[in-house]
Amino acid sequence: MSFDLAPVWISLKTSLSATAIALVLGVAAAEWRERKRRALGGILDALCLLPLILPPTVVGFFLLLLFGRNGPLGRLLLHFGAIVVFSWPATVIAAAVVSFPLVYITARGAFAQVEPALAGAARTLGASEWRVFQRITLPLAAPGIFAGTTLAFARALGEFGATVMLAGDIPGRTETLPLAIYFDIAAGQMRQAFGAVMIVLVVSLAVLLALGLWARSERRRRIPER
Amino acid sequence: MELEVQIEKKFPSGFRLEVAFRASGAPLGILGPSGAGKSLTLRAIAGLERPDRGRIVLDGRVLFDSAAGVDCPSRGRRVGLLFQNYALFPHLTVAENIGFGIAVLPPAERELRIARQIAALHLAGLENRYPAAISGGEQQRVALARALAPEPRALLLDEPFSALDTHLRGEIERELREALANYRGVAVFVGHNLEETYRFCGNLVVLAGGKVIAAGAKEDLFRHPPNFESARVTGCKNFSRAAAVDGAIEALDWGCRLRVAQPAPATLGHVAIRAHHVRVRAAVERDVLADAGAAENTFPCWLAAAMVVPFRVTLYLRLHAPASGAADYHLQAEVTKDQWETLKDAPQPWRIELAADKIFLLPD
Repeated sequence: MSFDLAPVWISLKTSLSATAIALVLGVAAAEWRERKRRALGGILDALCLLPLILPPTVVGFFLLLLFGRNGPLGRLLLHFGAIVVFSWPATVIAAAVVSFPLVYITARGAFAQVEPALAGAARTLGASEWRVFQRITLPLAAPGIFAGTTLAFARALGEFGATVMLAGDIPGRTETLPLAIYFDIAAGQMRQAFGAVMIVLVVSLAVLLALGLWARSERRRRIPER
Repeated sequence: MELEVQIEKKFPSGFRLEVAFRASGAPLGILGPSGAGKSLTLRAIAGLERPDRGRIVLDGRVLFDSAAGVDCPSRGRRVGLLFQNYALFPHLTVAENIGFGIAVLPPAERELRIARQIAALHLAGLENRYPAAISGGEQQRVALARALAPEPRALLLDEPFSALDTHLRGEIERELREALANYRGVAVFVGHNLEETYRFCGNLVVLAGGKVIAAGAKEDLFRHPPNFESARVTGCKNFSRAAAVDGAIEALDWGCRLRVAQPAPATLGHVAIRAHHVRVRAAVERDVLADAGAAENTFPCWLAAAMVVPFRVTLYLRLHAPASGAADYHLQAEVTKDQWETLKDAPQPWRIELAADKIFLLPD
């Protein structure tokens, strides 16, 4: 019996893409939110964190409403000939939405930890806001953001509920590992499911270990022993 | 080289900053108790705090003018700020920190300037170290080198010694003065420590509660503090509420009548005298025989406590009656170790003399 590797590649592509999107949007949102105390900040925070606490099926439901044929975003995309629902990008959108809050919340914490005087010092030294962000705030917040990104990747890799609602289970196109495991078991194919489970386990562990090692070497490089 | 500042800002806490001064030539010192608005003033000049109203002009260049709608961003002001905790970038090396403000220069020119700062501030050998791996004094020199590298027109020093151990301060202060001697722009120094500020600056501004309560040449301010708060921040220790009574002054807290050299101001609030102007001596026969009030401004006093430091002794003295404890005192006097040696075994009461020409008359 040959093992079907398609879900492995789909899962990797999906979770990497989703993590990248969550990283960029999460960091941007956190920085934007951190820079100024905004009037509706509390509501904004709640909205950004909602996908973290809502059941994934509820997130999937809202995504269907948004991206469905009659949803506002779905209709907009249809103008450009794109249908999101039940396509591979849908797996990315679902995974990105549920992992976004993890980047957002850790990035906010990381930015808040950066001594405000450092940004002030950089400004008096002639740095533009972009340079302050890119040379001071971001590098100093990087370890925290990094931790959030790791969590986001793990979350994206394990995403099931929202994915199955928005992307469905189309083998070879939208069937990620968690979906494959569920439908294998539903079909009584325990051996096939076991293989997928092991792959998820090994990939998750390997990624976490590799990232942890990288973070540690990075810390050593930056903050030498006294 | 002139800096002209006139700013106002109201804070949600109710604190109101309202300061105006000019600085040129010798460094200007800003003195005041914590929370007086000293750091805020520096931050406003550097463009890190936006005043509600006012004007900031540096060398004829308007940096801020609320009436004209001018608010030059911090990055364009060419004002260097030495932060209280230095605010060195922890992830950049010493050389990278120093070079941060001159990134726009061509690499060769940039290297040259970094090298020049490294040499001027005795930082050779530390170029590739990170701030966490160098001493507090070195960190301060890096911060100063970083602030000076872009050749700012004004340099603001925010309590530059507050983060250092006492035993390092003397040496580092000397180095900083040396480094600043060649600086051509306007320097503004915010201090907490009196002697340091006095040594660094020519003119002084005294802030209290967000307002300028005194300004002028440092010698004048120390010799004739114009009000209670300026006397206090210039190190005066002895105050008593006071009232003018037919030609003399009644010091209410000290319970004595004083003759003074100048006429009392119309709204006399306090009299004050510096601890080192208070003279203390053992009683002589004439004192004991005559009434204690016979000699001008001389009163019997008892020792409440003595604080001995290597070369001086601070005496805490109570007038008119023996002290009931160490905290029961009216005045502090500073005497030399020698004076203390002859005084300490003499029978009490001793005599305290408050010279008429050394007494400050402070309006309310």
